[in-house]
Amino acid sequence: MATDLTHLPAVHTDVHPFFGKLTWQSIPIQEPVILVTFIGVAIIGAAVLYLLTKYKWWGYLWSEWFTSIDHKKIGIMYMVLGFIMFVRGFADALLMRSQQVLASMGFEGYLVPHHYDQIFTAHGVIMIFFAAMPFVTGFMNYVMPLQIGARDVAFPFLNNLSFWLTVSGAVLIMMSLFIGEFSTNGWLAYPPLSGLEYSPSVGMDYYLWALNIAGIGTTLSGINLVVTIVKMRCPGMTYMRMPIFTWTTLCTNILIVASFPVLAATLALITADRYIGTQFFNAELGGNPMMYVNLIWIWGHPEVYILILPIFGIFSEVVSTYSGKRLFGYTSMVYATCVIMVLSYLVWLHHFFTMGAGASVNSFFGITTMIISIPTGAKLFNWLFTMYKGRIRFELPMMWTIAFMLTFTIGGMTGVLLAVPPADYVLHNSLFLIAHFHNVIIGGVVFGVFAGVTHWFPKAFGFKLDPYWGKLSFWGWIIGFYLAFMPLYLLGLMGVTRRLSQFEDTIYAGYFITAAIGALFIAGGIAAFFIQLYVSIRDRDTDRLRDVTGDPWDGRTLEWSTSSPPAYYNFAFTPRVHGIDTYADMKRHGYQRPTDGFAPIHMPKYTASGVVIAGLLTVMGFGLIWHIWWMASGGFAAAILWAIGHTFNYNRDYYVPADEVRATELARGPRMEPAE
Amino acid sequence: MSSSAHDTHGSFDARGAYINYLVGFALSVFLTLVPFGLVMSGIEIGLGWALAVIFLFGAAQIIVHVHYFLHVTGKAESGWQAMSLIFTAILLVIVLSGSIWVMFHLEQNMMPAHEQIERVRNLP
Repeated sequence: MATDLTHLPAVHTDVHPFFGKLTWQSIPIQEPVILVTFIGVAIIGAAVLYLLTKYKWWGYLWSEWFTSIDHKKIGIMYMVLGFIMFVRGFADALLMRSQQVLASMGFEGYLVPHHYDQIFTAHGVIMIFFAAMPFVTGFMNYVMPLQIGARDVAFPFLNNLSFWLTVSGAVLIMMSLFIGEFSTNGWLAYPPLSGLEYSPSVGMDYYLWALNIAGIGTTLSGINLVVTIVKMRCPGMTYMRMPIFTWTTLCTNILIVASFPVLAATLALITADRYIGTQFFNAELGGNPMMYVNLIWIWGHPEVYILILPIFGIFSEVVSTYSGKRLFGYTSMVYATCVIMVLSYLVWLHHFFTMGAGASVNSFFGITTMIISIPTGAKLFNWLFTMYKGRIRFELPMMWTIAFMLTFTIGGMTGVLLAVPPADYVLHNSLFLIAHFHNVIIGGVVFGVFAGVTHWFPKAFGFKLDPYWGKLSFWGWIIGFYLAFMPLYLLGLMGVTRRLSQFEDTIYAGYFITAAIGALFIAGGIAAFFIQLYVSIRDRDTDRLRDVTGDPWDGRTLEWSTSSPPAYYNFAFTPRVHGIDTYADMKRHGYQRPTDGFAPIHMPKYTASGVVIAGLLTVMGFGLIWHIWWMASGGFAAAILWAIGHTFNYNRDYYVPADEVRATELARGPRMEPAE
Repeated sequence: MSSSAHDTHGSFDARGAYINYLVGFALSVFLTLVPFGLVMSGIEIGLGWALAVIFLFGAAQIIVHVHYFLHVTGKAESGWQAMSLIFTAILLVIVLSGSIWVMFHLEQNMMPAHEQIERVRNLP
């Protein structure tokens, strides 16, 4: 069969030898929405730069944070990155909500479809890859080594590099806002729409290189944390004595190691399709776009469990701490986590039931999907039974946890509904699906992040978060969430599809207005959270918030045995573990911290290599996106050379003298007091 | 930690390791020569049998390499090596067999092409 190929675009379009595809027309100043955003960002950015320079914080930030390979500081930087990108992603959400309100009332709205498509794509990509992933990675980085009694992760420099590679991806995404445009293909960029023929612009290339680079960072971080848990647990901490959060971290990172290479391979294939003229996903030349959908979901489904498993761990810690009890069913919790880990690898097809596989395939994947709800249900009952007859303290983390249990159950049930293939034929691609996954991601991940932030904030910074503003934030989120997403369930059942920027009919306006009001409540919740941060930092030295004990919540696991914030070496003496809930056990037996016998501690030195390599790879990414080949090859070569140079740096460790350890430990006070 | 890092090589002395490599080498040469010989010599045993032999010897080759050259045993690194290898194998099986199954089904249920519809329509 002869195929006429003349209509296919040439892969190498004419590009300027020095500037590639970049011209002055690439800066979208003709778009008023973007222009206003740009001016706003420029003003805020200039103000931040001015303040940093005025108070001479550059040197401090560089030498104490950016180049730090301390897992605690990297964890905090992950959280900061997550919150910055979360605000960006939420701004996209507000734009979409307001556009849909206007469109559903019969107006044209202020976003043209092309721009609207970029916004929903950016919202999805940012919220998953650059908000939720940094959040969970941040928690795993900060908390897990403390929980297993380790001084740092297994490969501290790699940890710093992973973080900066994630930042590199985030920077490329943010650049797309002002230089060129972003992808319009949805957050998973299915071909043929994402192929060169239908998406010739740089938007799709921004997507590809941001995810390629950030994906490497995530994979490296996954390997690092698995090795840390396998190799660096303190004496006595057998697998069945690890805190549940550490268990979920282990399973999560195994999933990362197992699934992110699939993403890397899939993106590499479509990158090759766009850059060097391969036709893996072009049906016309023997490729198969359905293969892309299959491959991307082999990564994509484990990915959602990568997000939720650590959050389950956070809730487990929170429930047992604030109920003052050991977690109910520790062993079943461990097995439930492992079963979820394995099953999450066997369900990917439920994301494309309607692509046309036969009944046997669809029912197999439908059934495996429903089976996942069994271990998840077991977890819920474990949390409930932990609370039963416990002395529950309704601190904020506990409130988030209860809200999570209610909300997540609803989301889980609509998920089981969607797992029925015939029902999915009706509901797929509708707002019902949107409502479902926001229900589990907001009700699960976001609530869990806030529970975890409130729970571990005093550990990280030495003072608690102000509960008043925290409760305002909580109620803003709860009310906002239900107002924003319950109407979407109804709209979905009525057949409204996702990703619409224009409507023919005005009868749905009421639902969209309700959803928009919900989004405003959520905006209030987010604002209250930032006010909470401000108020807490302002009042940090008051007795109300200051934590001198290191154990403000009567914690049960090892991280609470350190000071708040922990010394940079974490533990002066490697702890010994005799059971689960080690620190609760130590307190019960009247444990006293040793006051002498300190020995020098072997620690790694900070290094700038992570920042530099990631920075060079960002330059490479920018060059590749704009087809500026000298810049791409230069950035790549420089990054490789720097990495090789780094391996010759033998001056990478030092010993903390015993006297310094003694001084640090004694400054904490003679012994730790239990809370209350 | 340091003890487990060494027991990959700790179980062999230098001579034992040497013999081990030789055995591995001999086995892999044998496992290569047989399927090659089968094809090159042109012996007629039928396509199905030829494929079966090639795949069987290929699989054995993988195991020989993993055991003799990568030193993966049940005991090395307190079992983690073997376990992660098994885990990798399971994932590969899931991904490959799952993808083949899924893609085969999708292919079967594609909308019929125009010629096919015409052919069915013109059936006698």
